[in-house]
Amino acid sequence: MSSLRENSLYELTATRFRLFLREPEALFWVFIFPILLAVGLGIAFRNRPADVLQVGATSADLVKALNSGSGLKAILTGEGAGSHELATGRIVLLAIQKPDGVAYKFDDTNPDARNARLLADQAIQRAAGQKETVHSSNDLVHETGARYIDFVVPGLLGMNLMGSAIWGLGFSIVEARQKKLLKRFVASPMPRWQYLASFLLSRLLMLVIEVCVFLGFARVVFGVPFRGSLWELGFLCVLTSLSFSALGLLIASRAKTMEAASGLMNFVMLPMWILSGVFFSATRFPAVIQPLVRALPLTAAIDALRANMLEGITLSHLVAPVAILFAWLVVPFMVSLRIFRWR
Amino acid sequence: MAGSISVSRNIATDPALSIKGLRKAFADVVAVDDIDLEIMRGECFGLLGPNGAGKTTTIEICEGLTAPDAGTVSLLGLNWQRAAHELRQRIGVQLQETQFPEKLTVEETLRLFRSFYRRGMSVEDVIGLAQLEEKCRSRVGTLSGGQKQRLAMACSLVGDPELLFLDEPTTGLDPQARRHLWDLVDHLRNAGRTIILTTHYMDEAERLCDRVAIMDHGRIISLGTPQQLIASVGGDHIVEFAVTTQDPNTNPLDGVVLTAIPGIQSHRVDAGLHQLSVGELHTTVPRIFSALAEMGLHPSEFRTHSATLEDVFVRLTGRNLRDE
Repeated sequence: MSSLRENSLYELTATRFRLFLREPEALFWVFIFPILLAVGLGIAFRNRPADVLQVGATSADLVKALNSGSGLKAILTGEGAGSHELATGRIVLLAIQKPDGVAYKFDDTNPDARNARLLADQAIQRAAGQKETVHSSNDLVHETGARYIDFVVPGLLGMNLMGSAIWGLGFSIVEARQKKLLKRFVASPMPRWQYLASFLLSRLLMLVIEVCVFLGFARVVFGVPFRGSLWELGFLCVLTSLSFSALGLLIASRAKTMEAASGLMNFVMLPMWILSGVFFSATRFPAVIQPLVRALPLTAAIDALRANMLEGITLSHLVAPVAILFAWLVVPFMVSLRIFRWR
Repeated sequence: MAGSISVSRNIATDPALSIKGLRKAFADVVAVDDIDLEIMRGECFGLLGPNGAGKTTTIEICEGLTAPDAGTVSLLGLNWQRAAHELRQRIGVQLQETQFPEKLTVEETLRLFRSFYRRGMSVEDVIGLAQLEEKCRSRVGTLSGGQKQRLAMACSLVGDPELLFLDEPTTGLDPQARRHLWDLVDHLRNAGRTIILTTHYMDEAERLCDRVAIMDHGRIISLGTPQQLIASVGGDHIVEFAVTTQDPNTNPLDGVVLTAIPGIQSHRVDAGLHQLSVGELHTTVPRIFSALAEMGLHPSEFRTHSATLEDVFVRLTGRNLRDE
């Protein structure tokens, strides 16, 4: 232990870790925020059991016929009162008894109302003795992996890896420069590469906690599937985090003030929040800008994470996104080493 | 005071620091203009001058943080081009305005800096030396200005340096904290370390330094022990007074009249205040009074003090140190 304590790389990394843990805001954004976001989205977009549609009917026979079928709940009402209920949205369809049959009153631009029209007509025809000409049966599936929460969890993971790497590195380095601490370090025998390496090492340590907490939560609470190899998922997380760390280093390599750094960070991250398919598929953007969208590191990261988690695709089939992430790791890192301002 | 302080190890004949023909310009401002300087081992040397005189640029070139435009710097017989890594291990540096991470404790900060050096003092010893025992588990953000400055000093000492650079160690501190820091510097000096410090406080340089170089506009305008420099003003004492007169027709007081009085070495007027450098007060002051009385002038605000480095600076530049 004592020889480890005298090791400067160990001390620098431990310092990074201490400073991070003593920053309550950082803890919130890295660990709590993604979970809150996942909970919120999970609740908002949960797959509910198929709704029972409320309809009205003007005769007891019709009510009986409608309630015998599945998917509808009918109430007895008058034509005038029923029209009012229709207008206020309490029912989506009103079945009116006519001497020669039945008339349906509904809004055909409302999908629920159109469904109700089909279900109601089927139920009334069957009650009147209509027989099925073709026998049909239902085989219901509720597949995990096809839900919105399954789609959004890899997106949030990618977004979180980006944010914690860029903020973590960017702000710490620029703050140290602004407070003349970088200059003080350079005046000591500290090996400069160890200072930068300590950021990457502490990032990787944090990554383990961050990813395990978030994915563990998604697994336990939402049952999000892990269809690919967990080792490969781990590799993708490490690669993603290192790429964004390199980008964070590049952003921090010259900036002298926190204001300049935070402006740069937003400039870099905002396009990716929108374009890279965190919350909806990036393929929705027009074909013209697809090459740009594909080249962004967050798009590559999220594509690869989704392919691994949701489709179980192996790394050997993810060469393109992995290569893009590698390029984003190597180029910014080389450039920032060249232009880094130590004072 | 706890802690073992080792006296500089190899008492070589090389000077601790040797500077020749040093120049540095930023854009069109010449910060350092052809400086030569030699500092011996075990010396406590002060670079003294107003803000903007080039002290910090000079010291940062010596610390290997700024590259000079011209000239050579040699520390402990080594130079930055060939032996930067070796030098970093053997010198200690305290910079102006370093803010250490507020959420680290004093002990953690020192442990971090200690890890950069192959050899040096134990963290406990340095904490004792800087008298930070009570604060060793406190976070840096909770320290007072004086304690922060002592922490900065402690960080520069963990490598047990042979040569210590202190850039304005007491600027911005209250008088008590300044005296506390002076005691620490005294202690280091008595332990045989070579110390180079910059300051714009004359009393600080007089109190701490074996030798002083006065800098102005990037040049060294005077060099010597504080006593030599003060003696160069020409008198041991300074007399200051203003004059009032009832008679508007009286001529304003002429300096020539005053310097004609035996015992007065020099005279200058600053904002109506006459300043005379005087060798012996008890014989000269009565002569001044009688001369003024003969001219029908009444001295007001009459006071005397022993000559200081401040007076040296005023004499050399015609300006007060803190005019800027």
